[in-house]
Amino acid sequence: MNALLSVTNLSVSLGDTTLVESIAFDLEPGEVLCIVGESGSGKSMTAKALMGLLPPKAAAQGKAMFDGMNLLSEEVTPPRGTGIGLIFQEPMTALTPVLTIGLQLTEALETHGLCQKDEAYERAVAMLERVGIPEPETRMRQYPHELSGGMRQRVVIAMMMLLGPRVLIADEPTTALDVTVQAQILDLLREIVRDTQIGLILITHDMGVVAEMADHVLVMRAGKAEEFGKVAEIFSAPKAAYTRDLLDAVPRIDSISIREDVASDVLLSAQNISKTFNMRGSLFAGQRGQKALDDVSLDIQRGETLALVGESGSGKTTLGHVIARLTDAEAGKVLMNGTDLTALSGRALQAERRAVQMVFQDPYASLDPRQSIGRTIAEPMIIHESLSKDERQSRVFDLLEKVDLSPDAARRYPHEFSGGQRQRIAIARAIAARPTLVVADEPTSALDVSIQARVLDLLDALKRSEKLTMLFISHDLAVVRQIADRVAVMRNGRILEMGPASALFADPKHPYTRALIDVAPVPDPTRKHGVRPVLKGDYPVGPLSEVSAGHWVAA
Amino acid sequence: MSMSAQQDAPKAPPGFLRRLLRSPSGAIGLGIVLLLLFFAIFAEMLAPYNPNKMGAGGRFLPPGGKHLLGTDEFGRDMFSRILFGSRITLLIGAVAVGISLTIGMAVGMIAAFRRGWIEAILMRSTDVLFSFTETLIALSFVAVLGPSLQNAGIAVGVAGIPFYARTCYAAALVETSKPYFEASISAGARPARLVMVHLLPNVLPTMIVVATLGVSTAILAAAGLSFLGLGAQPPTSEWGYMLAGSRDYINRAPWLMTIPGIAIAITVLGFNLLGDGLRTSLDPVERK
Repeated sequence: MNALLSVTNLSVSLGDTTLVESIAFDLEPGEVLCIVGESGSGKSMTAKALMGLLPPKAAAQGKAMFDGMNLLSEEVTPPRGTGIGLIFQEPMTALTPVLTIGLQLTEALETHGLCQKDEAYERAVAMLERVGIPEPETRMRQYPHELSGGMRQRVVIAMMMLLGPRVLIADEPTTALDVTVQAQILDLLREIVRDTQIGLILITHDMGVVAEMADHVLVMRAGKAEEFGKVAEIFSAPKAAYTRDLLDAVPRIDSISIREDVASDVLLSAQNISKTFNMRGSLFAGQRGQKALDDVSLDIQRGETLALVGESGSGKTTLGHVIARLTDAEAGKVLMNGTDLTALSGRALQAERRAVQMVFQDPYASLDPRQSIGRTIAEPMIIHESLSKDERQSRVFDLLEKVDLSPDAARRYPHEFSGGQRQRIAIARAIAARPTLVVADEPTSALDVSIQARVLDLLDALKRSEKLTMLFISHDLAVVRQIADRVAVMRNGRILEMGPASALFADPKHPYTRALIDVAPVPDPTRKHGVRPVLKGDYPVGPLSEVSAGHWVAA
Repeated sequence: MSMSAQQDAPKAPPGFLRRLLRSPSGAIGLGIVLLLLFFAIFAEMLAPYNPNKMGAGGRFLPPGGKHLLGTDEFGRDMFSRILFGSRITLLIGAVAVGISLTIGMAVGMIAAFRRGWIEAILMRSTDVLFSFTETLIALSFVAVLGPSLQNAGIAVGVAGIPFYARTCYAAALVETSKPYFEASISAGARPARLVMVHLLPNVLPTMIVVATLGVSTAILAAAGLSFLGLGAQPPTSEWGYMLAGSRDYINRAPWLMTIPGIAIAITVLGFNLLGDGLRTSLDPVERK
């Protein structure tokens, strides 16, 4: 069969620096090519070069033959939309917030002169229906902000497909979405590729997505192709050392982790926590509330890693904040070693709260940009301990060594460090307070896989050496599988299932837990999912009852 | 970035002055402001005549000759008056902005940090003040305190508080919601530490830019008060007052009005350019 798109020797350079170097691949109709790599690998740049959307000053060389023309030649304007469609990570960037969905869809058809107004409307409605949007006629009159993230991404896909492209480039199309929504969008893309025989280039950092979707895989690193091949070969017999490292670093939901049993000894007990977020009441608006936590109770055992799992809006982060007393709950108690943290204030609270320290998700905002690393790490010591300057400094060096950073990092400032390094600094600051409980809120979700693996290992090692207890908040079941002793699954402010990690993953009792485990992409092409059952909104949310030792499920 | 690279990285903000001078607006603005400062400090040495001495030459002498910028209706040397005026102008700008900045920042930071009813009271009263024009507030202040140069400075300063308070409040809200701030709270940092060590250094760059731009507004407002006779009193060589005094002679001696006007314009331009330059060069090196 003739290739739709045939790329040879594609390079992108910016001045003297080469960003992408001699990339080559063929894309055939009905085929999915995944370009996988970590940030800075040049995968997005490659896509931009094909679309002719390189930043000014960047230049592309080589050949990319599509429909008899070389997309990389300067005389050619790539047939954006009609020939090649592009889907971004954040659907809002592709939609105009001030225009209705209908207008944006039909406008695309009309500007490309593909059809008249009435016909455009009908085709748009049909396409919305095709991409699985319920009540398409109503949606046509709505604005982008009225739709959920998943729906918006469907609209963007519909918009692209309306123009009838033969190649679709999707740049991390599901990264900003929840796992359950991600699964639906991936299903949709696969269906479209099968039915319309277009070629799909899927850019991703997630080996699980690659295994689910790809026919061929291009592994990129630092602008170069490390490996290109069939998906089965890449996973079963990777040739490049980098591919092997990448695969090893990926946490797997189907892995068997051996975690020691933790003796029952409650360190922290959150009891009947409720929290409502007020839509900030202005003078004239009545109080409207959004229930973030609805009568949640949870015990954390001394020495364990308890994972709090859920999608966005499940209340997992709020619960972490309540436990660290960064947010006040409306009802309920947080007992730490028998002391009720929620009842404390002032100096008593300041003395007690050092026992609970947090590691945050965003490595860029979690360090004060105007404080040196040394001062940041020393802060808890300055507050709680009367150490001499030398003692403090040697303890800072000590902590830096524990997180694999050299002592001279102490003199430097946050902007001089990478995301992974910053996250390790944040961990050093957390343990500097000598806490008993560390609340880690999505500490690795902003990091590349290989760096994620390092940070997870570090957290686990520190947990043992410093005798810590950890509350690990995450949306990623595979990461949780790797690190957690016990797991609590949350949705809409309630805990739906809670139990030992081994029991919960092997034998999930709650339908929502089953669905979550089911839709998580597994980095193994031999285990591709079929078409998945659509997740319905209604689950049992009643009180928890014990189904086996320590395994609780909402009825 | 490798750990060994940038061993001798400068302390933050790195190469700040170099970045400021690299932007054309920053370099020109800094030049104008430094020149003004030079004039103000060395006015006695630079001025060819006593600014208040009448009849130093003839009346209404046009620019040129012995009197570089001519003389006014009393025969006073305009160049000397402008030089001494720069002193008053800069002083009044500094006083006014100093008042607006310190009180405004205190209000803004306390409101953002304490939240709750303190925030409500502080910010709502700011809103109320905001609904009057600054000139009106300044006028009513002068009306109470009595017209004098010093009172004009205070009045302009007070009138500027709502703007500084609101800007600082917004900047402080952003900082207090960042994880590093929460991490310090978790570490047990007390309010004084949170504000002085974390909040202040992080809102200060924004406020410096705002204040630099604000100097020109303050100078204009003070000149306006003097023009209305509510600020500098005779025979002070304040630029706004000089403008007012020359109103009657606009046909006979247009330079009397033009020269102080140009002086004000250049000063305002200088501070605006400097503020612009500062804004770009103080931008944190965060996130490429």
